[in-house]
Amino acid sequence: MSDDLPTPAALWDRLRAATPARIALGRVGHAPPLGAVLAFQLDHARARDAVHAPFDAAALAAELAPLPTITVASAAGDRATYLRRPDLGRRLATESAERLAGAKAVHDVAIVIGEGLSATGVQAGAAALVRALVAELNGLSLAPVVIATGARVALGDAIGEALGARVVIMVIGERPGLSVADSLGIYMTYAPRVGRADSERNCISNIHGRGGLTPVRAAATLARLLREALRRGLSGVELKDDAEALPIQPTLIPETPA
Amino acid sequence: MGGAYHCDFGGERHRFGSLAHVMACATPTRSGDALAGLAADSAAQRVAARAVLADLPLRHFLDVALVPYESDEVTRLIIDSHDAIAFAPLSAMTVGDLRDWLLRPETDSVALAQVAPGLIPEMVAAVSKLMRNQDLIIVAQKVRVVTAFRNTIGLAGRLSTRLQPNHPADDPRGIAAAVLDGLIHGVGDAVIGINPATDSVPGALRLIAMLDDLRERYAIPTQTCVLTHVTNSLEIIARGAPVDLVFQSIAGSEAANRGFGIDLAVLRAAHDAALSLGRGTVGQNVMYFETGQGAALSADAHHGIDQQTMEARAYGVARAFDPLLVNTVVGFIGPEYLYDGKEIIRAALEDHFCGKLLGLPMGCDACYTNHAEADQDDMDTLMTLLTVAGCSFLICVPGNDDVMLSYQSLSYHDALALRAMLGVRAAPEFEGWLDAMGLIAPDGSIRALADGAAGLVHRLNGTGIAA
Repeated sequence: MSDDLPTPAALWDRLRAATPARIALGRVGHAPPLGAVLAFQLDHARARDAVHAPFDAAALAAELAPLPTITVASAAGDRATYLRRPDLGRRLATESAERLAGAKAVHDVAIVIGEGLSATGVQAGAAALVRALVAELNGLSLAPVVIATGARVALGDAIGEALGARVVIMVIGERPGLSVADSLGIYMTYAPRVGRADSERNCISNIHGRGGLTPVRAAATLARLLREALRRGLSGVELKDDAEALPIQPTLIPETPA
Repeated sequence: MGGAYHCDFGGERHRFGSLAHVMACATPTRSGDALAGLAADSAAQRVAARAVLADLPLRHFLDVALVPYESDEVTRLIIDSHDAIAFAPLSAMTVGDLRDWLLRPETDSVALAQVAPGLIPEMVAAVSKLMRNQDLIIVAQKVRVVTAFRNTIGLAGRLSTRLQPNHPADDPRGIAAAVLDGLIHGVGDAVIGINPATDSVPGALRLIAMLDDLRERYAIPTQTCVLTHVTNSLEIIARGAPVDLVFQSIAGSEAANRGFGIDLAVLRAAHDAALSLGRGTVGQNVMYFETGQGAALSADAHHGIDQQTMEARAYGVARAFDPLLVNTVVGFIGPEYLYDGKEIIRAALEDHFCGKLLGLPMGCDACYTNHAEADQDDMDTLMTLLTVAGCSFLICVPGNDDVMLSYQSLSYHDALALRAMLGVRAAPEFEGWLDAMGLIAPDGSIRALADGAAGLVHRLNGTGIAA
């Protein structure tokens, strides 16, 4: 009988291949082997570094050139304040609000980039994503790209409103996991103004290079949503992208973007 | 006017405008209360608030509703179900007196069980604010809450575990692999419970059938659960699927529960539906609830009340439904509510204490996110403290890493470590099964399976898992 069956070692290899979970690690006494402990610590360290890495707004602006950019800051002055006070991350610093008021005009679209919870992800992938988005605009007028430090998603409302944009597109670093620390998300809000609810936004998440959405595919999806939002004059739960199924997103993670 | 809440403390007069203000200011530091604008202005004010709280009669919490009775069904549930006879021995006490009474050695598990129906969540939250971590542990350790379905949870000297085999795409083989790995580490007697990546009725039906088949095939004396929304569970039961436990996240106000898409009526309907299936073999506790500090605030449904008091009110909801399991998902909500390891550890001990004192089978998901100031060392501390406190069950995932929800919890190995450090054992029925599978060593510990000597793996071999 047992001749037909795989050996336990072969069985565990099959089981390991069925899930990204850290199964069949083995034991040293009651603990996992040191190799597994260090692998976990490295992944956690990378996620922590992504959250706390300094955000180089000037380098991102240089990478985006010749697109014009404006750099602003939220009212959350430092990283520790940012993590504790999502309300401050949704408000513009006073001098930033004044600077944006000077750029006010009639724009179809404003694009905002915030480092969010992954400066690493934004530094690595935001410029390519924004270029892909711009390529999809097809004649729509674009405000100067705003680079916002210490931003929560809803800061885009204040920025879009200050610039006089019909739609604001917020590109932001997502909460890092152990397997992916550099994922980006896009939030689109029609008629941005302070106080918009999360249910009035459309979100495309999991944009990264480890099996996530590519920038080109994310931009194409966003372009469809954008045209529908402009045509129907709304965004959010009433606006659905039926063209293709998006990857499954975990629904329980309280990123508390609003 | 002086106001009802004031004290002269350390040569300074402190005034508090309301009971809610006293409660919030008396709470140990946490980021969520600061975010809500409710935290004490200074460390000295925090201590003064505790002094005011200590002198308040317990009866005061029956007279002054923190969340209005008229507009909140959770308050109505708490007040209308209060047991005045059970409360009688405590009725002349202040909050400070209650703290002292709880700490007395002669206040034993029988006495604590007798007063539980006489305590309301606000009283329990109040007294916890006067207690140090060691007080929360010593008192919780004395409480015994025993529940049962296919095994018995909460007996003295036992620690149960939830096996959480989540998969980012709900892949049945990936989930089965994580279940098998958990079982050979002796994990899974509280429940084998999946958080589905996609919250839909067809998806949940598929996973429920798969878990039930696995449990039946190996005659495992435990219960399974797919943690889908309660309205999905009602639909799934109506379709005749084998539902052991009905799960739901709950919070401490009617408005916060509405944010979860539930009310007390739908919980009652689900409780009745699950009971009607009669699937329990040694007991009929059929509900599983998760909670966590900050849930009400994040839904803007906290009524100006501190997050720890709102959390205790969620236990007022839970106890109306005789649950098998309740756990706080303490660190999942993030640093906006619990900033670091110190705040997470304190909150977990408060939640465990408050739940137990109110008569709940309290467990914990000792966990943290990557943007919190916490790591696995903090979880080692927390799991040890909780186990010493007699925590009913802990959640365990493979290698501390939940690959679906992207946060870190305890691991299968952590459960082994707790059993070795503190001598706690699995639920007796489940332990008997582990023994029959050859997984219990002569000293009672969980046997390590070397590759060549895997009786259980051979038994499981050639089944659906290995195909």
